[in-house]
Order: sequence, then C-alpha cells, then structure tokens
Amino acid sequence: MSGSGTRPAVDPNDRVTIGISFGNSNSSIAHVVDDKAEVIANEDGDRQIPTILSYVDGDEYYGQQAKNFLVRNPTNTIAYFRDFVGKEFKSIDPTHNHASAHPQEAGETVSFTVQDKVAAEGEEEQPAPSVLTVSEVATRYLRRLVGAASEYLGKKVTSAVITVPTNFGDKQRAALTAAAAAADLEVLQFISEPVAAVLAYDARPEAKLADKIQVVADLGGTRSDVAVVASRGGMYTVLATAHDYEFTGVALDKVLIDHFAKEFLKKNPKAKDPRETPRSLAKLRLEAEVTKRALSRGTNAAFSVESLSDGIDYATTINRLRYETLARAVFEGINRLVESVVKKAGLDVLDVDEVVLVGGTAHTPRIAANLGFLFPKTTRILAPSTDVAAINPSELQARGAALQASLICDYDPEDIEQSTHAAVTTVPHVANAIGIVSPGASGEDVFVPIIPTDTAVPARRTVQLSVPAGGDVLVKVVEGNTHIKVTKPEPAAKEKDESKAAKVEDADDDADDDDDDSDFSDDDEEEEEEKREKVWKIGSTLAEAAVRGVQKDGKVEVSITVGADLTVLVTAREVGGKSAVRGSVPSA
Amino acid sequence: MDATVISLPLPALPEGWEAEKDFRIIGGVAKSSATARTLEPVGPHFLAHARRARHKRTFSEDDRIQAQERAKKIEENEDSDISEPEDPILLQRDAKDWKTQDHYKVLGLSKYRWRATEEQIKRAHRKKVLKHHPDKKAAAGRADDDNFFKCIQKATEILLDPVKRRQFDSVDEEADVEPPTKKQLAKGNYYKLWGNVFKSEARFSKIHPVPSFGDENSTKEEVENFYNFWYNFDSWRSFEYLDEEVPDDNENRDQKRHMERKNANARKKKKAEDNARLRKLLDDAAAGDERIKRFRQEANAAKHKKRLEREAAERAAAEEARRKKEEEERLAKEAEEKAKAEREAAKKAKEAAKNAVKKNKRVLRGSVKDANYFVEGDASPATIDAVLGDVELIQGRIDADEIAALATKLSGLKVADEIKDVWKGEVERLLAAGKLQDGEIKALSS
Ligand SMILES: Nc1ncnc2c1ncn2[C@@H]1O[C@H](COP(=O)(O)OP(=O)(O)OP(=O)(O)O)[C@@H](O)[C@H]1O
Repeated sequence: MSGSGTRPAVDPNDRVTIGISFGNSNSSIAHVVDDKAEVIANEDGDRQIPTILSYVDGDEYYGQQAKNFLVRNPTNTIAYFRDFVGKEFKSIDPTHNHASAHPQEAGETVSFTVQDKVAAEGEEEQPAPSVLTVSEVATRYLRRLVGAASEYLGKKVTSAVITVPTNFGDKQRAALTAAAAAADLEVLQFISEPVAAVLAYDARPEAKLADKIQVVADLGGTRSDVAVVASRGGMYTVLATAHDYEFTGVALDKVLIDHFAKEFLKKNPKAKDPRETPRSLAKLRLEAEVTKRALSRGTNAAFSVESLSDGIDYATTINRLRYETLARAVFEGINRLVESVVKKAGLDVLDVDEVVLVGGTAHTPRIAANLGFLFPKTTRILAPSTDVAAINPSELQARGAALQASLICDYDPEDIEQSTHAAVTTVPHVANAIGIVSPGASGEDVFVPIIPTDTAVPARRTVQLSVPAGGDVLVKVVEGNTHIKVTKPEPAAKEKDESKAAKVEDADDDADDDDDDSDFSDDDEEEEEEKREKVWKIGSTLAEAAVRGVQKDGKVEVSITVGADLTVLVTAREVGGKSAVRGSVPSA
Repeated sequence: MDATVISLPLPALPEGWEAEKDFRIIGGVAKSSATARTLEPVGPHFLAHARRARHKRTFSEDDRIQAQERAKKIEENEDSDISEPEDPILLQRDAKDWKTQDHYKVLGLSKYRWRATEEQIKRAHRKKVLKHHPDKKAAAGRADDDNFFKCIQKATEILLDPVKRRQFDSVDEEADVEPPTKKQLAKGNYYKLWGNVFKSEARFSKIHPVPSFGDENSTKEEVENFYNFWYNFDSWRSFEYLDEEVPDDNENRDQKRHMERKNANARKKKKAEDNARLRKLLDDAAAGDERIKRFRQEANAAKHKKRLEREAAERAAAEEARRKKEEEERLAKEAEEKAKAEREAAKKAKEAAKNAVKKNKRVLRGSVKDANYFVEGDASPATIDAVLGDVELIQGRIDADEIAALATKLSGLKVADEIKDVWKGEVERLLAAGKLQDGEIKALSS
C-alpha cells in the first residue's frame, strides 16, 4: 500500500466500489448489496471472465469472446499475463503463452506485440503493430471489467479491492496500482487470495465466529496456491503457503488433449496429429476444457470438434471414471501439495478443521474427495461436491474482495494506509494454547483450551464450565500443546518383519524368487492402519483461582485475556453470581 | 466472541487451598515463546483491531521496516537456495537421450538428488524455465533453441512423478557413496567412511528409520541391530529404468514379447546382483569392524572367565567330595574300632564270667569234697560219683549268677553239715522253682 502518486483522488463519499479477482486465467467482479456479496455477470453473461484480450480488425474483445479467438487469431490475442505485471522479462515463465501472443523483453518490463489497429478509411497501408507493455494490457483489461461492472450497477465504478496471490511482491502491487489508475480505477487495497476466500465464508450471516485452522487450496488454471490460515476470532494469520505450477487446471486439460488426440489418431491412423498444428491444438484445448468442466457436473461428457485435423470432424464421449484414471497423477500431486503445506506450517492433518476449495479446478469432484481422504472425517471439505453449504469456488475471491471493499469504502487513503501498516499487522502470536484443567472421566487431568495456539494478542476468550456438585471449585490456568499419538497394530507388524527377513534371504540365494508380486503383497500389508490421535499435553501452570460456594448444577464463567505484552488476565465467576475472582499474571 | 459453553466440569477446590483474594500467580507466559506474525489486514475484526492499535497514532516508514523485520517470513524468495553453475556440456545434450540424462543435474539439484523435496524440484524447474524457455532464447536471437528446455521438461516430468522418480533414483549412481578403499581406511575414520556408505544405501529402504552405522562408542546392541537390519535389508530398488526399449507397434508381437521377457530377466538379475553387492558391502564393513572384534573378545573373555569359574567350582566340589569321603571313612573306622573294643571287652567279660563260673564250680565241687561227700571215713567211689553227679546236675540247671551266689554261700564253710544244709537249701529252692524234679537228686537230698 505504499503511497503512489498515480492514484486518482476519489472522495470517499463519491466512491462506487467493487471487488475484483484478477487471475491469470479468469477474473471476476463482485459487489455488495444488503451486506451480501454478489458476483456480477458481464454483458456475455459470464461470471468467470477469461483474462484475455484479442484484437480483430481493430476491435478489442475481452473475456470469453477473446478466448474463442485463440483458434483463429492467436497472435493478436493476449492471455495469461497477470503474473507478468511488475516483473522483468528474465523472471517470467512464458510457458502458457505459446498458443497466443508471446511476451517479449521491453526494458524493465514485458510486452506483447499485437495488431490492434487497422488502416484508416481509404488508406492502403496497415499501421505498424503495437507493442503493448504488460501494464498497458492490464489497464485495458481492467477497463473492460470496470466497464462491465459500471454498466451493471448503473454507476461509474471508481474503486476496487483486488485479490492477489500471497507471493505477489511490492513491485507487482505498485505496477498493478498504476495500471488500474491508468484505467481510472482506484485500488483501495490488495488482499491476498486465500484470505478473500475465507472472508467470503465468514461474512455469511449464518457463519459463527470460531477459532479454526483452515487450509485454503486455490486450484486455478496455471497455478495451485495453498495456504494454511489460522482463523482466530475473525482475524486471519497465514501460517504457511506453497505455490505450484505443475498440478493445475492446464495440466488437466493436457491430460484430455493427449487422450483425445490419441483416440482421434486411432480412428484416423492416416491423419496428422492434431497436437502438431497450432490451430488444431487450439481447438483441442478449448474443447478439452469444456469437456473437463462438463465432467465436474455429470458423469459423462461429450467432446466434439469440427475439422480437428486434415479436415476431419471428431466427436466422442468420455466418462468421469476414465478421466479420473487419466488424471490421477495430477490429482495425487494436488494431495501431496496440500499435505506438504500443512507440514510446512508445523501442523498435522489432524489439526485442520476446514479445507476451503477455491478456483475453477476446485469444482472437480475427485479432487475434493481425495482431499477428504487426506484429512480426518471431522475435517470439513468445503467444495460443491462435498458440502451443500459450499460457495461456488470460482466466486469466493471476488466476493471476499467486494466485502472488504464495502468495509473500507469510507476510509481515506491515509486511513487505509495506516490501518494496513506493518506496525499494525505485525503482532505477537502465542505459541502455546492457554486453557484450564478439568478432571477427566477416568480421573486424569484434561486440558481445556480457551485461547488456541497461533492466536494474535491481545486476545480475549470466555468459556462456561459446569459445576454439577456445587461448592468450591478450582480454576487452574495452564499452557497446553498438542502432540500426535500414534498407535500401531503391533502383532501384525512383527509377523511381517519376519516374513520379510525370510524373503530377502531367498532373494539372495535364488534370484527367481524375488518377483514383483511379493512386493505388492507387502504394500497391502502396510495398509494395516495405524491410529493417529491429537492429544493435549498440559504444560506449565500460570495461575490458580478459587470460585467458592457455587450452587449445585451451577456454571462458572472463565474469561482469559492475553495482553499485547503477554500478560494474562483471568476472571472467574459463577454465572449469575455477584462477585468475581480476578488476577493478572505478568509475562515471564 | 461469545462465551463458549463447554460440557466439562471444574475440579473441586483441594482441601486447605488458600490464597489472598482467592488468586495465586504461579508462572507466566514466556515472552520468548511468542512469534511475531503478520495479520491479514482483512475483515471487520481486523479493522477493529487496527482502530485499537492505531489509537490516534501515526506510523512511519521506519516503523514499517522494523515491524516487517520482526514478522516471521512466510513467502520464500523465489530464487533462493538452488543455484548451481550450469555445465556447458550439459546444455548441449539432446533431449532424445533422456534415458542417460542426469535429471538432478539438469535441474541444478545434484547436491540434493534423492533428498530433494518436491517443492525444491518445482522451484528448480521454475528457475530453469525462466532461463531456458525457447521464447527467452528467441529473445536473445537464438530461435528454435529448445533442446535443453526439453531436457528440463523431461527431468521435471520424471522427478515429479513419484513412481518414475523412484525408478530413476534406483539407478542414480551419482548418489552412491563408494565403499572406502584400504588407503582411505588406513587414515582412520572407519566409522565415518562406512557410515556414509550406509547412509546413502539407506535411501533404498522400505522400512524407516534405518539404523545408522554408528561409531566406536556404539553399544553391542546397536551394532547387532545394525547388522541384523542390513543383512535383512528390504529394498525398493528396482531396475526397470534400464530396460531396453520395447517396440510399440502391433506388427512385431513376438519380438515385443521377447523383449519384455528379456527385460524382466535383466531386472531380476540386476536385483540379485544388487542384493549381492549390498551383502558384500556388509561383509567388508563387518570384516574390519573393530567393534565386532572387541565384542567377540569381550564375549570370549566372558566365556573364559566362565570356564575358570566352572573349573574352580569343579575343583571345589571334588575337594569337598574328597573331604566328605575321608570323614566318612574316619567315622566308619572309629565305629569299627569301637565295635571291636566292645567285642573284645565283651569277650573278656565273657571269659571272666566263664572263669568265674569255672571257679565257682570248683568251689561247689570243692565244698562236697571238703564235706567228704557227706560220709564218715573214706567215701566210696559210688558215693563220690553220686554226690558229684548231683552237683553236676544242679550246676547244669542254674545260671552263672546262681552258681556265683551258691559259691558265695559255700565258700569258707568247712563243716560238712553246714555245707550239706546249703546244698539242701539249694535243692529245695530249685525244686520249688520247678527247675529240678523230685527224684532227680540222689545224694544231696537226704
Ligand atoms: N467446473 C469446472 N470443473 C473443472 N475445472 C474447471 C471448472 N471451471 C473452471 N475450471 C478450470 O479452472 C481453471 C481456471 O481457474 P480460475 O478460474 O480459478 O482461474 P485463475 O484463478 O485465473 O487461475 P490461475 O491464476 O491459476 O491461472 C481452468 O483450468 C478451468 O478449466
């Protein structure tokens, strides 16, 4: 949010705000009506608007129309440019621009060369093609988005909150701010994509404020970004992230492209491989994506391309199971990616309360199901195929951005700048949970967390506990931490070891015995599941307090406040009682 | 946040718990335990926090820099850790020869190899793409130069596929640590040198953790555990990566089947060779392993000690047995001597008694002679005979004691009648006791 002179000065009172999710593949625009976020459809009726511009006969097309020109007019079509904004040529990955205008080096930045103008009336000569910097491209594209939103709202949109990946650097932000300004758009704030998605869920009226660990898996077209978020009393802290460019929507398209190309060649052995002609490949790609999307909805999908290669039409179908088999490597890669980020955050899958699926690829039922297997049954998988209450994963980011925009639309730029200042956002987070001790069913002490780990301070939480017998009770305030208890099915494992030892001996004496089959049976045995549980361990005691004379079947309310300096304030009282016990524990 | 209702009870206050105002401080949250992290400046709750935190304060650019430095970094710098100079010869490689390509080296990961994480591979790939994408080459005026780029793509394809990566790792000899030579070992470092070999071999283990070679201070149990584990090593290593290519057309079915069989046999053979190789490594390592020697010596010493102990015990037992035997013999002899003495004493007593009887009998006979056989004048031989016959008879009917008593009564008597009275008395006593019958006595009764 560093100040930029290029920001148009908009009086907060005159602002019309929207939220924008600006992706490499698709973008969305959203606004808030009656405290509810809503994604706006553009004039083509699209809510996911391809982040593509195309120039045909001097006319500019954007979104789905531009995407369709990838077949007939690839060189004048600019796609997959968001990640280039604010970057130097040497640090961009041009892989996805192969079938459209290629990025080039342009000093400190990246540019595309397209024929965006035609000869004026009566003139013979074509004007020279234009070299557009990526900033200019972004400006032109944002202008179209803002135009669509303004048309829908009936008011000129002045300002927006834009979502960006967590690894979007300061230079990129500055460049995007400038590009937006050039499109007459004030950027109120950039917010990170996973947090926008989480906010979209938390802002629902039925949502309850709770402390939870969320994994946000944003599975887009060209990248899969995963973040582990500690959600504490409506405040969010990103604990770990990973960015992957391999296991993506485009990789799934490629699986289908290869499949259909091979099927086509089987049927037409003499025809040219459609993957070898740019135009055929472009057709394949577009149709493969359509088929892929259809497979998210139904268990069967059609694939049909006119004049795919050598003038031959091709039409066929594929069922979901087939697709899932073909795409297994990508699906498994996504699971490994998610698992690795949980580990990176220093957590276990058992610590995760919710998995929020975001992005177009998150519609894929198999991906949601596979993530379900990775986590314990108690973990909620928020995807359309696994949870009826899930929000459309393609809309989460734009909605979150719109909500944030509506929250800060009255702020002066100076206010926003100061509110998002690192001095405000950087705060201590407790490493251990703070809670109290309750006698468990079998007499052992049980830790009851009140302030969970990774909570930003200051923080305050209140709980009510029962006192069935009444009388004097002890409130023992302690620190606590979890560890994972693993119980192995012992005897079976032992047997296995023995048979293994014997097997190796055999293999040495007689190589023929060492066939692959026995390896497989080994793996089967390993399926023998060990039991993993998260258990709380009570740490050091902070304080003790007594609540005296509690009524039979009474309740005691304990409230713990951790100050910015880690002082712990404890208040305990009988619910409905007059006096409270209070004390303050200085940090050590 | 609202109060959360928890369906758990509070413990009763322990007996005698007292504190001023019923509150007692025991510890405190360690300042050092807290982590500075960055809150996402998003949502109503954050904005409320920001309002409180700002509280009419204005933060400067310096504050920002300071705060950012404190905050735990979540995003890595894209091109941080992986950087390896590119070998010009490598850049000339033909992508078609991917089978012989060192995929780790292509991605600049030769330091990491099988240790590289998936994330490192992805980052390395991206870094290489940024540099070697054909469009980048085209920009540098080298059109159509996508050969090394294809190498990069192939390397990534293999290393990001867990199955293919394992197949490649199986034959990635660059990751092997060669067993130490005699010369190397001569300089010492036995455990470190061999330890590195097994650390590298451990990558093939299906079972983890793999016991390490250890050092001179390892316990016997650790060393035994190491060799047990490794002599029973369960390896996932396989050799399909080295398969010869199988023709992929339908025409050459037989040839295809032949190739497949050949490959399968080659894999088996290589696997067996690998098992043998590992076994030899272990044999070699074990052969020079001073710890094994030491343990053996210690075991021998222990065995030796046991033998000495056993022998000493045997000696002691023999000694004891001998002592016992001597004692028994001594006792037996004593008993025998005692018995003999007793026997002799008894014999003497018997003889004495016999003599006494003889003497008394002589007294008895003498008494009747002294009494001149109870006749006046010279006694006729018949009378003598009759009297002595009676004396004989009586002697025969009474025991030694009675003889002695009778002799006592008779000794010193000289008067015939007195002597006769004694005899008469004796005859009467014997008659009364039934030891003599009437009429048996001829001369002494009247
Ligand atoms: N219903 C669907 N089922 C499966 N895949 C889908 C579906 N809808 C969209 N996709 C895929 O999602 C991808 C686009 O994701 P999204 O709209 O989130 O783009 P994005 O955020 O711009 O992605 P990125 O920035 O990673 O390129 C495309 O690969 C598209 O084919």
